[in-house]
Amino acid sequence: MLIRLRVNGEWREADVWPGSSLLFALREELGLPGSKNACEQGECGSCTVWLDGELVCSCLVLAAQAHERTVRTVESLSEGDRLHPVQEAFLEAGAVQCGFCTPGLVVAVTDLLERDPSPDELAVREALAGNLCRCTGYAKIVDAVGLAAERRREGAW
Amino acid sequence: MEVLLPRTLEEALAMKASTPEAVPIAGGTDLMVEINFDHARPEILIDLTRVAELASWRLDGDRLFVGAGMTYARLLRELPQMRALAEASRSVGSPQIRNRGTLGGNLGTASPAGDSLPVLAAHDAEVVLISAARGERSVPWDAFLVGVKRTSARPDELILGARWRALGGPQSFSKVGTRNAMVIAVVSLCFALDPEARTARVALGSVAPTVVRAPEAEAFLAAAFEDAGVWDDPGAPVPGGTVEAFAERVVAATRPIDDVRGSAAYRRHAVRVLAQRALRWAVGERATEAMVS
Repeated sequence: MLIRLRVNGEWREADVWPGSSLLFALREELGLPGSKNACEQGECGSCTVWLDGELVCSCLVLAAQAHERTVRTVESLSEGDRLHPVQEAFLEAGAVQCGFCTPGLVVAVTDLLERDPSPDELAVREALAGNLCRCTGYAKIVDAVGLAAERRREGAW
Repeated sequence: MEVLLPRTLEEALAMKASTPEAVPIAGGTDLMVEINFDHARPEILIDLTRVAELASWRLDGDRLFVGAGMTYARLLRELPQMRALAEASRSVGSPQIRNRGTLGGNLGTASPAGDSLPVLAAHDAEVVLISAARGERSVPWDAFLVGVKRTSARPDELILGARWRALGGPQSFSKVGTRNAMVIAVVSLCFALDPEARTARVALGSVAPTVVRAPEAEAFLAAAFEDAGVWDDPGAPVPGGTVEAFAERVVAATRPIDDVRGSAAYRRHAVRVLAQRALRWAVGERATEAMVS
């Protein structure tokens, strides 16, 4: 079936099998492989995107449900080679190891800081409860959120 | 495979009437997993996320109606005063899951582990079903949830929502799992006191084929409170042994099994602990309120 959706500011069309997830449509039909495919059951958060401004696991959204809706993916964050401050913070804090969970985490952290510029550690851990990382043990990720929050308060974005 | 995309309730009901085999999908947090893993291949899906009539709630006096399309994130934001419902909503999945998962999804999936279901059971909720042919009908929760993942909804019906009387006393929802997020309940328990009607309510998840109440435990506690004068005087001491005896009766209402998430013995133990805790919280809260006022 043909779906039409606004992705990262641009109206796009995709011809998908009706049972496809939004994640599949993004990766395989729309050339946006930033959102990662791991658990396919909403557990790991590596496919996290915004759907009409809300944080969702794109593997649990039927592509057809995104028809005529607005999707924002991790690809919207950087501008050319210039990384988003949250992405910079992840690099600086050493919060990236294998990198597979990073896109989902970066989206979830950006969402958190856009709503709450000064989250305490509990709020950070709660906000990231749906994103699994099997490398870092999360300490560096929490550091990265602190760093990104600081930059946001300083007006970096 | 085909996906129907109704924009109004009327359209959705007409589609469900003409294609009763269509499987409703809202947040997709259960159904998409089945589809992704090739465990389910519904011929026709009907997407309910555009049906605005389902995604609302209203409070008329103490009668609350929650539409099937209300997500757990919205329940938390918009109805925090419904404490057990808010606590159950907060325990659902993760932020991503709470943004998508709906009350109607818990009802439609009818898993005994559905987080909101003990709350509905403790409130004696009615499930409101609707069809193009017969309009609305209300079914008590225990006539709706008839087995593991089985409901009494008819093929041409959609779940409109659930309705119940908000209770005035202390209430809580507790859940045991391996971590705080992304957990399917090993056991869950909703406890509520209704001081106006002088009754106690306790409902349990993941310990029987459906969510269950513990009527003998409830009657025991109501009588114990009556004898000790606790209903009239929230500061009156609860006689020693009441909490433990109540919890034993709650455990007796369960029919747990051994499965991948926990053994029957562990579930009985966890229910005992949660029942005692919930009762102590409620008694403490009433006593504190009595002292302050």
